Amino acid sequence: MLMLEPRTAPPAALQAAVPVLAVALTMIAGGVLFAALGKNPVEAIRIIFVDPLLDPFSRSELLVKAAPLALIAVGLSFGFRAGVWNIGAEGQFVIGAIAGGAVGLAFWDVPGLWLLPLMALAGMLGGFLWAMIPALLKIRFGANEILVSLMLVYVAQLWLSALVSGPLRDPAGFNFPESRMFHDSATLPIILGGTRAHVGVLVALGIAVAAYVALHRHVFGYRVRLMGAAPRAARFAGVSTNVMIAACLGLSGALAGLAGMFEAAGPVGQLVPSLPVGYGFTAIIVAFLGRLDPLGIVLASLVMALTYIGGETAQFTLQIPAAAISVFQGMLLFFLLATEVLSRYRLRRIRRAA
Amino acid sequence: MKRRNLLLTAAALSVGLAAGAAAQDDPVKVGFVYVGPIGDFGWNYQHDLGRQAVEEYFGDKVETTYVEDVPEGPDAERVIRQLAQSGHDLIFTTSFGFMNPTIKVAKQFPDVKFEHATGYQRADNVSTYSGRFYEGRAVIGHIAGKMTESNIIGYIASFPIPEVVRGINAAYLAARDVNPDVQMKIIWVNSWFDPAKEADAANQLYDQGADVIMQHTDSTSPMAALEGKDVIMFGQASDMAEFKPKPRVSSIIDNWAPYYIERTQAVIDGTWESVDTWHGIDKGMTEIGEMTEAIPEEVRESAQALADAIAAGEVHPFTGPINKQDGSPWLAEGETADDGTLLGMNFYVEGIEGQLPN
Repeated sequence: MLMLEPRTAPPAALQAAVPVLAVALTMIAGGVLFAALGKNPVEAIRIIFVDPLLDPFSRSELLVKAAPLALIAVGLSFGFRAGVWNIGAEGQFVIGAIAGGAVGLAFWDVPGLWLLPLMALAGMLGGFLWAMIPALLKIRFGANEILVSLMLVYVAQLWLSALVSGPLRDPAGFNFPESRMFHDSATLPIILGGTRAHVGVLVALGIAVAAYVALHRHVFGYRVRLMGAAPRAARFAGVSTNVMIAACLGLSGALAGLAGMFEAAGPVGQLVPSLPVGYGFTAIIVAFLGRLDPLGIVLASLVMALTYIGGETAQFTLQIPAAAISVFQGMLLFFLLATEVLSRYRLRRIRRAA
Repeated sequence: MKRRNLLLTAAALSVGLAAGAAAQDDPVKVGFVYVGPIGDFGWNYQHDLGRQAVEEYFGDKVETTYVEDVPEGPDAERVIRQLAQSGHDLIFTTSFGFMNPTIKVAKQFPDVKFEHATGYQRADNVSTYSGRFYEGRAVIGHIAGKMTESNIIGYIASFPIPEVVRGINAAYLAARDVNPDVQMKIIWVNSWFDPAKEADAANQLYDQGADVIMQHTDSTSPMAALEGKDVIMFGQASDMAEFKPKPRVSSIIDNWAPYYIERTQAVIDGTWESVDTWHGIDKGMTEIGEMTEAIPEEVRESAQALADAIAAGEVHPFTGPINKQDGSPWLAEGETADDGTLLGMNFYVEGIEGQLPN
């Protein structure tokens, strides 16, 4: 029989190597999977992990895809450190897109530099308020925030569908469920000509740096870490659990909302029912892949984006089925969790006494 | 200045090369973008059958690729662009939500031809195409009206867009034509493909007394859920032949193969032009799947006669007098609906109960 035994002093090098090891194992297992499908594994891995880096357009798309992931994951990382589990970032993302988009649509024929900041504020406020629902229910009634925040994802998605089929529908759009296209003042400026990389990328990077400082140099970050490591000690030290729950959920909600608004006003340029593509859930993987550290998360979001963009290319160059690509991405989380566990515990064979 | 020129030249060269490769020699590259996984039946599967038909018909003269399961959100534009950039000459984007991304990418690649299914925006290098599936709905509505004993027809609907509303109206009008007492119960599942929700809807409709159930969703789960019960159903998009002879008694099949072959040929010949195509039973884009022996012979005959008359242009499924649901007149005696109204249809016809979700 095998048993997991905690390592008394987990080797620092091993801990640091966990994400790298997970990516490497994913490549190997993925290669086996692709080979089993009759594709050249080396070529497939190269197309997924290397080719997107060589093409300027794909590089810009990496940024487009990584920015919302990083933004959401940075927000989530605070809560995850403190033991506050916001699983509903996808819902806060949707509400942020709705709130920001609705402001843009309300002024759809009014140009002005003030419009985008207003939309961003509305997006953050929307995400914040949506996250306050599980926060208040947890504080007041002890409701499980994992369930509440997750369930609210579906509510948010149905809301988006209802709004683009109703009040926010494009009046000239033949009744199809989508809004007008935003006009120029409501569309994020592009930072690299000829691509879709928008200012949201810079904002996400700025926020990650700020979050890094907050986590390691500010009392808020200290409290978050303390609450996660030793909740009782935190309480004795005067950290209010309720305030921390509200702060962690509110922060992650606001950042997810901002990401949603960026997505609507950036690459999509309108509100459509299929606007959310799972960034809120993928960001959970990104947060852990980045070891809950804002700068690690920035790197992790790029790796994750790479598997998406490379995965698409692999689909049409090698005709690898989409499902195989999803399996490949799932492996990444699996290996990450496995290596994480094995870095902190060791496997020991025990003999049952006869 | 010099450096700038060099960069510009390099850029122009690479664009030129891409365009040149497309124009001259060897295989014409045709790309397809699907909104869901190809699977074994349904909308995407039918488009992929069309792609395979192109491969088979042209052999070495074409090379086809596809990307499946592309959501109609932020990723669509990148996928379409990557296809354009990698030397595809003709790209079919096969879902409504790809409209704006297709138009955006088409602007950047004027030499690549695009074909967008079910949309309404065109450009010099963007055509649109769709099938007149409502013609098929009229035929199965006819069968439903003749065969129902409870006089309740169930309808599993996806999204309240004109395409779906048109289908409901066409089926209802054809059923009422042969059975004035018929009623239609509609359940909206807000999805094109959600086996669990579709099966729930089917069970619910059955419990409400429907003995004929139609669907405008992609999965076979409604048929699987009601297999063995006293109910008849129709294949949607694909034939769904594995549920023959009952519950599946016939089907509406989307057949894209002839159109895809025709358009690829046009690119090979250099005669491709931007057009808007809306073909029905006449051109075979809409097909009626085999009617099984579960349908009485005289109904099979009258349904076939209706299909033939529609194909010949003798019968239009929307022929007046027809009132809208609120009782206001829509079509006068003998008047037929124009395509513009059909394409934007956002109302039920008189006799359908319930409110169109809005």
